[in-house]
Amino acid sequence: MIRLSVPLRQAIARLVLPALIAASFGLMLLGKADTVLAERARAALSDLLVPVYGVLARPVAAVRDAAAEIRHLIHLHGENARLRDENERLRRWRDVALALEAENLALREVLHAPAEPTPQFTTVRVVADLGGAYARSALLAIGPQHSVRKGQVALDGSGLVGRITEVGGRSARLLLVTDINSRIPVQVERTRTRAILAGTNAPRPRLQHWTGGEAPVAGERIVTASEAGAFPAGLPVGIVREGRGGVLEVELFADLDRLEFVRLHDFGLSGILPPEQVTRPERPRRRGDG
Amino acid sequence: MASPVARPPRPRGFWQTLDQFARDAAPGALTVLLVVAMGIPIGLPAQHGVMPVPALAAVYFWTLYRPSLLPPLAVFAIGVLSDLLSAAPLGLHPLLLLLLHAAVLTQRRVLARQSFLLVWVVFLLMAAGVLGLGWILRTLLVFRLLPVEPALYELALTVAVYPALSWLFVRVERSLAAAA
Repeated sequence: MIRLSVPLRQAIARLVLPALIAASFGLMLLGKADTVLAERARAALSDLLVPVYGVLARPVAAVRDAAAEIRHLIHLHGENARLRDENERLRRWRDVALALEAENLALREVLHAPAEPTPQFTTVRVVADLGGAYARSALLAIGPQHSVRKGQVALDGSGLVGRITEVGGRSARLLLVTDINSRIPVQVERTRTRAILAGTNAPRPRLQHWTGGEAPVAGERIVTASEAGAFPAGLPVGIVREGRGGVLEVELFADLDRLEFVRLHDFGLSGILPPEQVTRPERPRRRGDG
Repeated sequence: MASPVARPPRPRGFWQTLDQFARDAAPGALTVLLVVAMGIPIGLPAQHGVMPVPALAAVYFWTLYRPSLLPPLAVFAIGVLSDLLSAAPLGLHPLLLLLLHAAVLTQRRVLARQSFLLVWVVFLLMAAGVLGLGWILRTLLVFRLLPVEPALYELALTVAVYPALSWLFVRVERSLAAAA
């Protein structure tokens, strides 16, 4: 321990706070100038915290499941009636789907059209729900031998959830579609009108910049568009709703409040990503993925 | 509440040093734990990712009653951790937390003697100022006008959980004081 005189020590103590405030500004500039550095630091921290969250999440999940169980028991009767109803409807749809599939196959045969390749996917666990007022992201726990890459698309059971923005050794960060930085090319399923789905941090992202004169109509289904090759086309996103002040919003199919597992689809697309999400050359550690 | 009276010098062996270190690190460690815990997905409906900011409450409380236990360097480190966790612009939280720390330091002689209600109201004002400044900085950093509502939700939640956090911190502070 270095012995310092009392006045000198007091002077240093008084200087610490201004120096650290200056350091904060320095960090801000550094983070703005070198986004890769900040990203590496985040990925390293995520790698460190993923096991911690994995342990912490277990009792929380148990409590959450118990609460859900009680809720289900209370609504058992109504739920049964609803499911019977839905089953009836789905059976009719199944017949339609089977007929269409047969017709599709027959037409393909005639045209010699190649069949769409079945996309490969991996299922991963969501361990943390990070972000604050101005960020919506989730932390994913992935195995050490993973083949997860930046730019991959994530879906839950019902629809699009977001896209991978950072990949570490055993963790990955998923930017949700509701995040304010999220911009996703979409289209109206029926009319093929292209638009951009822009996150606002609110539960319903907005539709912007649609092509053609007519705006999408409330109630229409929105799916992803393959604009710029960054996204595979046709993944379910949500339904158009009219928000406050006539703003067109999308009610998502995915339940972003209760993410437990997501499917990561690898469509082998490497289109134009936003500048901050440009994929760096793969490190040799993750050999032969994709 | 706090007793700034110097403790009598004791013989310091290895275990005493370790014990003392653990005591000194307790507020910082507790804050880190709270910040990390905010990431646990609790899956409340209508929460939409907005969480309270326990770091604000912690820095406010400890700076007010025991500034020596949460020095500026610890405040800075907690800020960097918050930034990395929430993918906020790097340097934002350290700056906000250090400013809060500095603001409380100037007022603590008067404020530490006041009732809980007044301390809470002052926390509301300071948190509003800090989060407002945070909104301005974010807007400047991304060069785009950000919506105000998320910051307001965040402020409301943070102020609402302050009594609970304060209760927890008081328990920790008392156990630290009793053991010292």
